[in-house]
Amino acid sequence: MDMKTRVFTALAAVTVAVAACGGSAATPAPVDWKTATTAGAGGVDAVCAAGKVEGTVNLIATPPDWANYGQMITDFTAKYGIKVQSDQPDAGSQDEINAAKQLAGTGRQPDVFDLGTAVALANTAMYAPYQVATWKDIPAANKEATGLWFNNYTGFMTIGFDSSLGTIAKMSDLADAKFKGKVALNGDPTKTGAGFNGVVVAALANGGSADNIQPGIDFYKKLTDSGNLIPVDPAPATIASGQTPIVIDWSYNNGPQIAALAPKGITWSVVVPSDAAPVAAYYNSAINKDAAHPAAARCWMEYAFSDAGQNTWLKGFAMPVRLAAMQTAGTVDKAALAAINPPTTAPVMLTPAQTDAAKALLTDQWKFITIQ
Amino acid sequence: MTEPSASMSTPSASSTVAGPAQSGAGTSRFKGAGNYLALLPFLFYVGLFLVLPTLIVTLGALSTNDGQLTMSNIAALFTTDVFLASLIKSLELAVITAVLGAVVGGLLCWAVVRGDPNGLLRQLVVAASGVLAQFGGVMLAFAFLATFGFNGLITLFLKNNLGIGMDMSWLYSLTGLAIVYTYFQIPLMLIIFLPSLDGLRQEWFDASASLGGSAWSFWRHVGGPILAPSFLGALLLLFTNAFSAYATAQALISQGCVLITQQIACQMQSEVILGQENVGKALALWMIVIVSVVMLIYAWIQRRASRWVK
Amino acid sequence: MGALSEKNALIERPRGAGKRRRAPAGQRVARLAILVLVLGYLVVPLLAMLEFSTRGDLDKATNTFPRSLQAFAAIFTYPNLVDGILASLQIAALTVFGMLLLLVPTMVWTVVRVPRMRRVIEFLCLLPLAIPAIVIVVGIAPVYQWMGQHLGSIGGSPLTLTFISIILVLPYSYRAIDASLRSIDVATLADAARSLGAGWPRTIFQVIVPNIRGGILSASVLAIALVLGEFTISNLLSFSTVQVVIYLLGKRDPYVSVAVSLVALVFAFVLLFVISRFAPGADTSTQRAAEEPA
Repeated sequence: MDMKTRVFTALAAVTVAVAACGGSAATPAPVDWKTATTAGAGGVDAVCAAGKVEGTVNLIATPPDWANYGQMITDFTAKYGIKVQSDQPDAGSQDEINAAKQLAGTGRQPDVFDLGTAVALANTAMYAPYQVATWKDIPAANKEATGLWFNNYTGFMTIGFDSSLGTIAKMSDLADAKFKGKVALNGDPTKTGAGFNGVVVAALANGGSADNIQPGIDFYKKLTDSGNLIPVDPAPATIASGQTPIVIDWSYNNGPQIAALAPKGITWSVVVPSDAAPVAAYYNSAINKDAAHPAAARCWMEYAFSDAGQNTWLKGFAMPVRLAAMQTAGTVDKAALAAINPPTTAPVMLTPAQTDAAKALLTDQWKFITIQ
Repeated sequence: MTEPSASMSTPSASSTVAGPAQSGAGTSRFKGAGNYLALLPFLFYVGLFLVLPTLIVTLGALSTNDGQLTMSNIAALFTTDVFLASLIKSLELAVITAVLGAVVGGLLCWAVVRGDPNGLLRQLVVAASGVLAQFGGVMLAFAFLATFGFNGLITLFLKNNLGIGMDMSWLYSLTGLAIVYTYFQIPLMLIIFLPSLDGLRQEWFDASASLGGSAWSFWRHVGGPILAPSFLGALLLLFTNAFSAYATAQALISQGCVLITQQIACQMQSEVILGQENVGKALALWMIVIVSVVMLIYAWIQRRASRWVK
Repeated sequence: MGALSEKNALIERPRGAGKRRRAPAGQRVARLAILVLVLGYLVVPLLAMLEFSTRGDLDKATNTFPRSLQAFAAIFTYPNLVDGILASLQIAALTVFGMLLLLVPTMVWTVVRVPRMRRVIEFLCLLPLAIPAIVIVVGIAPVYQWMGQHLGSIGGSPLTLTFISIILVLPYSYRAIDASLRSIDVATLADAARSLGAGWPRTIFQVIVPNIRGGILSASVLAIALVLGEFTISNLLSFSTVQVVIYLLGKRDPYVSVAVSLVALVFAFVLLFVISRFAPGADTSTQRAAEEPA
């Protein structure tokens, strides 16, 4: 063959090869991750591959020692190569919504939310519906039907305290005069889930119920007037520095402090108050409708609700929403579950209707936090 | 007395303010309106980043959510208990720490000025004051917690060495906040007031002494009246400083909206964004009004004081 | 002034009246007491910060805390912290540059050409003192929101805080530069330069500026101190400057946040002290400028 023929043949061969390649694979239509309501045909891998292209996911209010988020973030980045930008770790639920509104369109807005129920219900217009791959495992009562929000994990309301202060076993102990200036509630009840449920447990301890949290509000007003309750948001640092030696917070926040504070010479104890039924409340995951990284956001959601993600929460002393399904399937981390040692009494969990009513009452009455 | 000020080193300096007629060689191109043009960049910048936000706040304070004019937001200060309480707390705190800071700071000034003007003590104290006056907010809160917190230096010292258990609740009262605020008020007083004490001439003291007066009568008849305007001016500045402070209070009292600055921030970040934002602006407007009144009094006092210290 | 001193010399000086003579014992005791008490009050929290930040883990055997620099070393393990420090330093540099560019020509021009505007400029520069930072944030938030949405990544970067920082430093920097300007004869200098053929830029930058070095220096140092200490506006506009990061970090790890606060303090103190000791006239200008925490 002469040169010209060789070139033509080569070109023809290449063209045929390319055509064959192009023709054999069914090129899927590109997915618009901003509106995708499920992982779709490509499954979780497709979501996360698209997320990796986006490169980052913006989280908010996910402190490393809150339900083991630190471990979850590390594992997630290791598995999918998506960088996690964790902003404002100590923001409350309302702060998350405010940040989303204020930073809308800047690329810095949060991609996913982790909200207390009261705030979650009030802002459904901000979420994009999405059903994770393990959607079926989430009980119907624990999710919004189209996937706007869904429960993620829960714990129990506890009192954590520095043992050198003595013994505390119930809510009424907190009113003791020797605890003046030492009691802190984790967050403003009108803005955060932990604070909200702190009022609920106080209500239950003082003759109230899930429908009537007024006694709880009165209890905290009494503590404020006597100077026992201080207007400080507790955090690992405030506990270590001794600013808040008694903290009313979730078991998955107070629990890890035991190990964290031991090297600093503080013996931290955690109890579920004995004068009230155990209070539990699920937090809620939702995807920001206006997320700057929609695929990465959905990938994060898929990971959090996979067995690995749910077990990570379990290791952080939080009970994941798929616990029952995972126990049936045998995929649950038994050691972690045993370590939690949940109370045997059935916990009290407020329904959305009760939450709304309680929130209205709080917004009206929670105004007495002040200094003398 | 009309002695030339120590800061005016040459007599001709006074001609600087005498008027453009004496500055000679300006070309005719730059006379008149043209001169003012060169100030435009500055005026434009300040207009955009200072005046505009103030106008936005004022307009917002006077509007309802639908954009109509209303006085209800402004009136909300008096009709809402929480707002009024936070304003009163802020005013109380500002007055107490202004007086404390002025008195203690004034004494410190006196102690420093008695020493060598170029000495190490003075330079150290002035440099330290420059930093500590700026040392508000977050760092100050930490410093006090490191001192008086449950595991703080003083608390542990008292507990381990003297067996005294300290009750930390005082830090979260008005008293505690006042003590923390005073920490940056004293250095601020030093910085503002020291130059005035410097201006007190040794000759005046000598003259008074030579006429048979004691130290007390000097202060009462000579030093006091001369220093009074700048002392009062400094007091007013300290008041403004404490009244406007946000960071320190926020770092210590992270829950609740106790002072008016915190209340404004709370309204800005409240749940019902639209409705409360304008109320927050109304509170901000009230703050502007109060501080402006104080600054006007300050300016008036300064003009009187400048008679002595020029 | 000279005449009065001469007259004094002729009059017999009563005991204790001379500046160079030793003050009466009562006064000396009072002075010492005040210095010890007040400076003690100011120094104790700083010592406590030092002690707190150098606390190692509890030694169970002796029930004491050994000294350790682990908190200071840990500063570098927080990338947010390092980013925050860098962001604040950049904002500080830009603010100094912008403030000088804005203020120096304006003030010189005012003194030489339009002295009537001096009061107006002074008032405008004092205005930020009258408008608390929290109020400025409330008004400026929409502007920043617009910038973040329409100006891409630059619009959302903390460097945009420079615009507000320049406004915040105006009162202090104005007074510092003003003190310097009042101490030299600006009009004569300017006329001399102009009559020798220099244009206005050259007059300002090559003739007048070298003479007000002290004021410029202290204005710059004040600006740096203010930017490094600014919390309110950064926090409410959701920017991560050094104070915001310290605040957030303070909730996670108190030891590191106290350590980094101490470092910031010492840095600013050394800077101010060195400037005041070695720059001529700078310490007077610094004193004439009021300072306040943001």
